[in-house]
Amino acid sequence: MTEQRNATPAAEVFKKQSQAKEIWRRFKKNRGAVIGLILLSAILLIIIFADLIVPYEQATVQDMSQKLATPSPEHWFGMDSYGRDLFARVIHGGRTSLSIALLATLSSCVVGSALGAVAGYFGGWVDNLIMRSLDIFMSVPDILFTMAVVFALGANFTNLLIALTLAYFTNYVRLVRSQVLNLSEQDYVEAARAGGAGSARIIISHILPNAIGVIIVNTTLNVAKIILYESTLSFLGLGMPPPSPEWGLILSEAREFMRRAPHMMLFPAMAIVLSACSVNLIGDGLRDALDPHLKS
Amino acid sequence: MKDTILEIKDLSVIYKTDLETVEAVNGISLTIGKGKTYGLVGETGAGKTTTALSILRLLPAATGRVLGGSIQFDGEDVLSLSESDMCALRGRRIAMVFQDPMTSLNPVMTVGDQIAEALLVHDRKMGKEEVERRVEETLSMVGILPSRKIEYPHQFSGGMKQRVVIAMALACEPELLIADEPTTALDVTIQAQVLMMIKELRNRLGTSMLMITHDLGIVAKICDDVGVMYAGEIVESGSVEDIFSPGRHHPYTEGLFGSIPDLKSRARRLTPIAGLMPDPTALPQGCVFAPRCKKCQERCKTVRPKAVTEGTHRIACHLYGGQAAGSAQGISGGQDAFRRKEEQ
Repeated sequence: MTEQRNATPAAEVFKKQSQAKEIWRRFKKNRGAVIGLILLSAILLIIIFADLIVPYEQATVQDMSQKLATPSPEHWFGMDSYGRDLFARVIHGGRTSLSIALLATLSSCVVGSALGAVAGYFGGWVDNLIMRSLDIFMSVPDILFTMAVVFALGANFTNLLIALTLAYFTNYVRLVRSQVLNLSEQDYVEAARAGGAGSARIIISHILPNAIGVIIVNTTLNVAKIILYESTLSFLGLGMPPPSPEWGLILSEAREFMRRAPHMMLFPAMAIVLSACSVNLIGDGLRDALDPHLKS
Repeated sequence: MKDTILEIKDLSVIYKTDLETVEAVNGISLTIGKGKTYGLVGETGAGKTTTALSILRLLPAATGRVLGGSIQFDGEDVLSLSESDMCALRGRRIAMVFQDPMTSLNPVMTVGDQIAEALLVHDRKMGKEEVERRVEETLSMVGILPSRKIEYPHQFSGGMKQRVVIAMALACEPELLIADEPTTALDVTIQAQVLMMIKELRNRLGTSMLMITHDLGIVAKICDDVGVMYAGEIVESGSVEDIFSPGRHHPYTEGLFGSIPDLKSRARRLTPIAGLMPDPTALPQGCVFAPRCKKCQERCKTVRPKAVTEGTHRIACHLYGGQAAGSAQGISGGQDAFRRKEEQ
């Protein structure tokens, strides 16, 4: 802090750096968050460079003679029921699984938060319109809704993304709306209004930054949920069409052979758990790091 | 007309819910001259803040409503402006300082960013360096090291925060500053500092000011004109001299002066005004102060008093209605004692 005070002339440049640095410094202090970050980076690196590690063909070429083979030096994760290399399937499957999960989380977060903020801030008939439509929306079970969307549009990457977004944006609307209701009563919002700020500016620069902690935690929890939900869809035959590798799909295929070949279930499950855990850990750390009150 | 920055005429504001109607402001009129400071004094719930919010048209949309009257700001009728014109007016030409500095600042933005925002709201094209320069200028104007702009509100003390809030309000150099009990949340030593600063800045920038307070000491220190507000009405108004010099006064004003502790007179009990403010959902039929007034007469209970004007001094009380007689009743020791205190 003392160095910062003396650095007045270059303050503009200095400030921007110092904020990012401050957040990073606080993030680093949280051991769990750092572990999560390392883990997620490792997973992402493996997935991004999957082609260099194992060629994609490995994930689709069938070798019936090695059906359900246990892990070995040649096939690290063993073989599945069609004699395909599980290691290749898991790391290539991660591409689809994680990109759908992350994108669906992001889009549901953006759509839900925007609707929630508008409903909470403007209130009145806008609020009623959004919230009552949402009630109708939520009265249809998620799975039924998603099924309808996927059936109607067909199962592919984009449609899956749409279906998952529709299934998950609702809880953001309620969450953000309640936060906004609370925050728009704050004096600094009133002060901003008295300063001539318009609604958009107030929402974007005063209300949402104060609600970001809650949104981040909810988002990171949702990543894990969406990965699992996606597996459920695959399990019902509504996910990515086989034979494309995908964690949920592998898991549902493994169910039949749970007793004879537990490794077939273990590895995709581990992949899901590890990525979900790492995202949660990062989310926790990020929430603490972004809150200037906890600056120490 | 040229010398007036703000003119309120017969303003009435109500808060209407399904269950009841609160008559918050009932036909008040006041005029603030250019470069002058008007002090609005009164108890909690007298309608001071409501008045301020109506000037900025920030009454709660769901309940608050202006029933009648007009608000002229620099010749423009504020009540008939469009919302976007209002946005351009707020902050740029009329700024407001709120009561509690602890909550008037956004906790997740650095103070520099918040002042910069106040500037950018009204001039999007302002260059980065220009903004930074203005932010630093404004901060040093209110006595804060410019280097502290990268700090967050929680790193400031209460008095410092109020300085930041004032800096934000003055960043765009408004023509009228509405200060809603700016020192109420601060302790006495800091109050004095902040007041001196406000006074000095007002003189330097030539800003007109509406000072809302319940502290007569503040009024005596920095105001030119005063309005004493009670239950949504201005019961007495005039220049500071009119109000603070002994002579004819509204019984409520006398009561206010009687409630101030005096260092000179020993062991005298304070004489507070007995009773409470009337229920604003059911105001008395006659004079609003009648139920608590020691000099209440029969007609006070049924007839609303008309204001009597004597130069700049205006009193709404039956005691002085019509004949000049009875003025002796209105003299109280409170003002004398207060003036003695102020002179020290």
